[in-house]
Amino acid sequence: MLLTQLDPLAASLFSATAIASLLLAFVMLGSRWLDNYLYAFAAQSWAMAALGVAVGYFADSAELYLIAALSALFRGLVLPYLIRRMIQRLHVARELHETLRPASALVIGALGVIFSLAVSTKIAVPLGLGGTVVVLALTVMFATALIGFLMLAIRQEAVSQIIGLLVLENGVRLGAQILIPGMPLLIELVILADVLAAVACLSVLVRYLLSEFGNASTAGLKRLVG
Amino acid sequence: MVGALLLLLTGAPALTIFGCLVSRGPRAAAMLNLAAGIVAFAAAAPLTVMSGGGPFRYWDGYVVFDTAGAWVVLCAAIVYLLSSIYAVGYMRLLDEDARLPAFYALFAGFALAILVSSLMNNAALYWIAIELTTLVSAFLVAFERAAESIEAAWKYIVIVSTGISLALLGTVLFYWNGSFVLGPTYNMTWDALRQAAPAMNPGLVVLAFLLVLVGYGTKVGLAPMHTWLPDAHSESPAPISAMLSGALLNAAMLGIVRYLVVADAAPSGVMPRGALVVLGALSLLMAALFIVRQQNIKRLMAYSSVEHMGVIALGFGFGGPFGVAGALYHMLNHSLNKPLMFFGAGNMMRSYGSKEISRIRSVGRCFPVQAGLWLAGAAAITGAPPFGLFLSELVVVRAGFERSFGWAALLMAGLLIVIFIGFLNHFRAMYFEPTADAAADPPARTSGGWCVAPMWLALAPLLVFGMWWPQSFWEFFRQTARLLSNAAP
Repeated sequence: MLLTQLDPLAASLFSATAIASLLLAFVMLGSRWLDNYLYAFAAQSWAMAALGVAVGYFADSAELYLIAALSALFRGLVLPYLIRRMIQRLHVARELHETLRPASALVIGALGVIFSLAVSTKIAVPLGLGGTVVVLALTVMFATALIGFLMLAIRQEAVSQIIGLLVLENGVRLGAQILIPGMPLLIELVILADVLAAVACLSVLVRYLLSEFGNASTAGLKRLVG
Repeated sequence: MVGALLLLLTGAPALTIFGCLVSRGPRAAAMLNLAAGIVAFAAAAPLTVMSGGGPFRYWDGYVVFDTAGAWVVLCAAIVYLLSSIYAVGYMRLLDEDARLPAFYALFAGFALAILVSSLMNNAALYWIAIELTTLVSAFLVAFERAAESIEAAWKYIVIVSTGISLALLGTVLFYWNGSFVLGPTYNMTWDALRQAAPAMNPGLVVLAFLLVLVGYGTKVGLAPMHTWLPDAHSESPAPISAMLSGALLNAAMLGIVRYLVVADAAPSGVMPRGALVVLGALSLLMAALFIVRQQNIKRLMAYSSVEHMGVIALGFGFGGPFGVAGALYHMLNHSLNKPLMFFGAGNMMRSYGSKEISRIRSVGRCFPVQAGLWLAGAAAITGAPPFGLFLSELVVVRAGFERSFGWAALLMAGLLIVIFIGFLNHFRAMYFEPTADAAADPPARTSGGWCVAPMWLALAPLLVFGMWWPQSFWEFFRQTARLLSNAAP
């Protein structure tokens, strides 16, 4: 499968799923409810899985179907389930203190997309890939990563930070699916296991936070300075 | 032979993980961990000698053992040995006997992850090994379950995971860049990347390298991504502080160095090297500012780690035979010296019941032997002769002038003097200033032989390496410098 000579149908399928997942990142940015983050994240993972199936079909590779299935299972079901349990334990349904209003966050996110597009064009044009789906893949990858960063920076609930991390990671995965579908299966599997382990560790730490501070807002973590 | 020793090196901590979980006895777990430390060191020392005949590859090229990796393994094994001796005495003081088997299992797991990461030949597997070190050590940082240590663990895991995600982004871009040359599916070994590098797109290489540098640089503790480091180093138990500082940071530095080789092979100009030098210089600056005004003894040691990682980054950034030799020698000396400092700080913290420098007074009078060792360590860590760090820092500065990074070498020399004054001023206060509160209880004598012996073990080689730079080290460094330059491997 050559990215320069894609079937128009393939190109539009890739673009549609990639853009859908970028929009879902904006849903998280524009909301202050933890549940919304969770569902948007799950939906984003499913969009990624759909993209994986599309890439697998056009590249005619059974491995990619397998990865898409695993991605749907773990990122789309297991991780949201783990995070859902965390939210239920917290007795907090939304961000209480906003560093930045959701509306302002959306504007910054949009600026991030424009910046990503500029960077992607700069990269793709010298490679002779300007105007192809590569530009879109790079843009979505950088923009989703930036939005994950933004969530980490402006949200204070521990759960929002975990989801921010996962969005950042989803962004990288999303770009990788289009740019490097040939990445060996082993690596994919280990990275997936690693993400699961990370979320498990974070959820244990959230439990420590709860037992020690009585809430899981990172706004109270101000003892260690200097 | 090399393969068998590598199995021994990684097998010992791996078996210890299971042994500790099964044994359930705190003493047995401590001894098991100590045994693993001894075995790992006994395997690492001959391995370092043999690595010159390599690089050796195993398991379809997923594992590589070359001189650069061997050196990091040696440093990690030294710190693991020293810390596991120290932990026997120190962890007893914490009154957490029931959780000690789990602690030692995590300890061995942490050492294993560090050792394995240095042996990874595949850039993506290296990424995973580094991420694993974070996940394992976060629980070691949080071991004391105080509010501060949980805060430190949370900041550690979130900041470092974010950084590491950027490194993953960089890794993906490197893979993509390589796929123009090597085809869509290939094994992403360091060698494959290096061979593909001359045909890679230079702009993309620079972008990918910067992402990797920021990502792994977070883990190394290069400023301005160092913010997790003082928290994690100061709140974890002292043996873990030593492991974090002396072993983990080097393992992450190795990744930056390996990517630097790839970036050098690509027509990417001076940007990658320059970025590493700038981050190194910035780390020194940041460390100097925070060391001078520091009030917490363990944070003082932590900022000193930021400083020394800055020196090592400068050494590798300058490059050339001198830069690489200085950086590698500095790595070894730092791995000997920093455990000594953290052990001393841990002992004092237990004796005086405080981490505040202002509460620790008259150390020399109360603990003559330990105080002597600790003061010698403090002189060494600030780069005073006749200790090893003086020599390695001198070589790094010299490399800077030779490789047209004179401004960075000058800045480094100046900042090292500032740090020397600032750091030793705290020691002057702790040793010679009178106690503010005369009625205060005298410090308790808590630390036994297990807590002092590793300080001797660390100081002796430090002194030897300061006065005598073995010829065989030169050979080894020259070979590593060749490996890390782009001469044919």
